[in-house]
Amino acid sequence: MKLRDIKEILNADVIVGEDKLDIEVKTAFGADLMSDVLAFAKAGSMLLTGLTNTQVVRIANVLDIAAIILVRGKKPPPETVSLAKDLHIPILTTKFILFETAGRLYAKGIVGCIEKVESGSERI
Amino acid sequence: MNESENTIHTCQLEVEGGNFNAAGTVATRIKSILKELKMPDDIVRRSAICCYEAEINIVSYAKKGIINLTVWPEKVLIEVDDEGQGIPDIKQAMQQGYSTANQLIREMGFGAGMGLYNITSYSDEFAISSEVDKGTFLKITINKH
Amino acid sequence: MKLSEVKGILEARVFVGEDKLDMEVHTAFGADLMSDVMAFAKAGSLLLTGLTNSQVVKTAASRNIAAIILVRGKEPSTEAIDMAKELQIPILATQYILFETAGILYSKGIVGCLKKVDSDFYK
Ligand SMILES: Nc1ncnc2c1ncn2[C@@H]1O[C@H](COP(=O)(O)OP(=O)(O)OP(=O)(O)O)[C@@H](O)[C@H]1O
Ligand SMILES: [Mg+2]
Repeated sequence: MKLRDIKEILNADVIVGEDKLDIEVKTAFGADLMSDVLAFAKAGSMLLTGLTNTQVVRIANVLDIAAIILVRGKKPPPETVSLAKDLHIPILTTKFILFETAGRLYAKGIVGCIEKVESGSERI
Repeated sequence: MNESENTIHTCQLEVEGGNFNAAGTVATRIKSILKELKMPDDIVRRSAICCYEAEINIVSYAKKGIINLTVWPEKVLIEVDDEGQGIPDIKQAMQQGYSTANQLIREMGFGAGMGLYNITSYSDEFAISSEVDKGTFLKITINKH
Repeated sequence: MKLSEVKGILEARVFVGEDKLDMEVHTAFGADLMSDVMAFAKAGSLLLTGLTNSQVVKTAASRNIAAIILVRGKEPSTEAIDMAKELQIPILATQYILFETAGILYSKGIVGCLKKVDSDFYK
């Protein structure tokens, strides 16, 4: 699926990355805990989150996240927008809550970047 | 053979405690340095993650710190030295879920108590020492897999 | 849907509330930010979260959450378990990540406890 399709499904606004809507995305990870994102999110996934500070962009950069989807109607502050532009990371915003966002994307075939976290398993 | 002879890059970067705006810049910097050196993607990614977690801990819990990066063709060493409150019980701090993060830090998305655990799981060798009211020292090694 | 069905679908482990698995649930909310749970989670919903401390139980109680579902293989802290017993809020834990948990429940008919948040909310 293309990021453009994600935008349609979520009725999302594109804040950064209008030129990147043709990238392909297949997987997603949703969380508001930075360390959990670092522990489990995979390169090329979308990150669904309610966090809007600059750290979310830094983490997306560290992990090579394909796009940040801000949920629950959150809007990124200007410093987050400018860092995302600098680091070339798309930011989309949707009014849907995380549960609905995940449900709708899952129904269209997007899957988790991992399915489960096995306790004590290798996390790399 | 002396290990330091084969290093392809070394640098020292500073981290300011309490400054959440600048937090993560060292990790971003280290990522781009390693990329420029054409290090394998896996090493770049794991180094950046470990550095990020260490950096955020300095910003959250210490006054200031220094991150030393040493790069060999197939290995990265990240040494993190901070001045600050230190960790009274390292075993406890290493446990998944243990966190002393305050409300402010939690609302920024930190405080899952996963940072040190992430460093151990993404690195190949990890050593930590700390002295209360002095500071904390981390030695993180990332090898090619 | 009964909580027991949620348990089955998510292959979840019940930490607190084995006696409450007959309760009916229709809606859910997922977040790891306490302030967002406070602001948006609705009474009678499931709360899907990666937060494991006792604070999340207190918050859930104050919002009259039906049950807490811990995701990503997390386990509740002992304080959280004690608090949940005292406040009689079930805690279940699943290994599925939040995205999968939400996707699976959604496909079985559970919906968001609200759909959208108007951006004006944060002003
Ligand atoms: N550099 C440090 N100086 C002082 N205390 C530290 C330092 N690093 C970690 N700690 C202590 O160890 C605890 C656990 O650290 P860890 O990074 O694992 O989790 P966290 O920072 O609390 O949350 P997360 O990293 O998941 O956002 C911290 O809450 C803090 O009490
Ligand atoms: Mg940390």
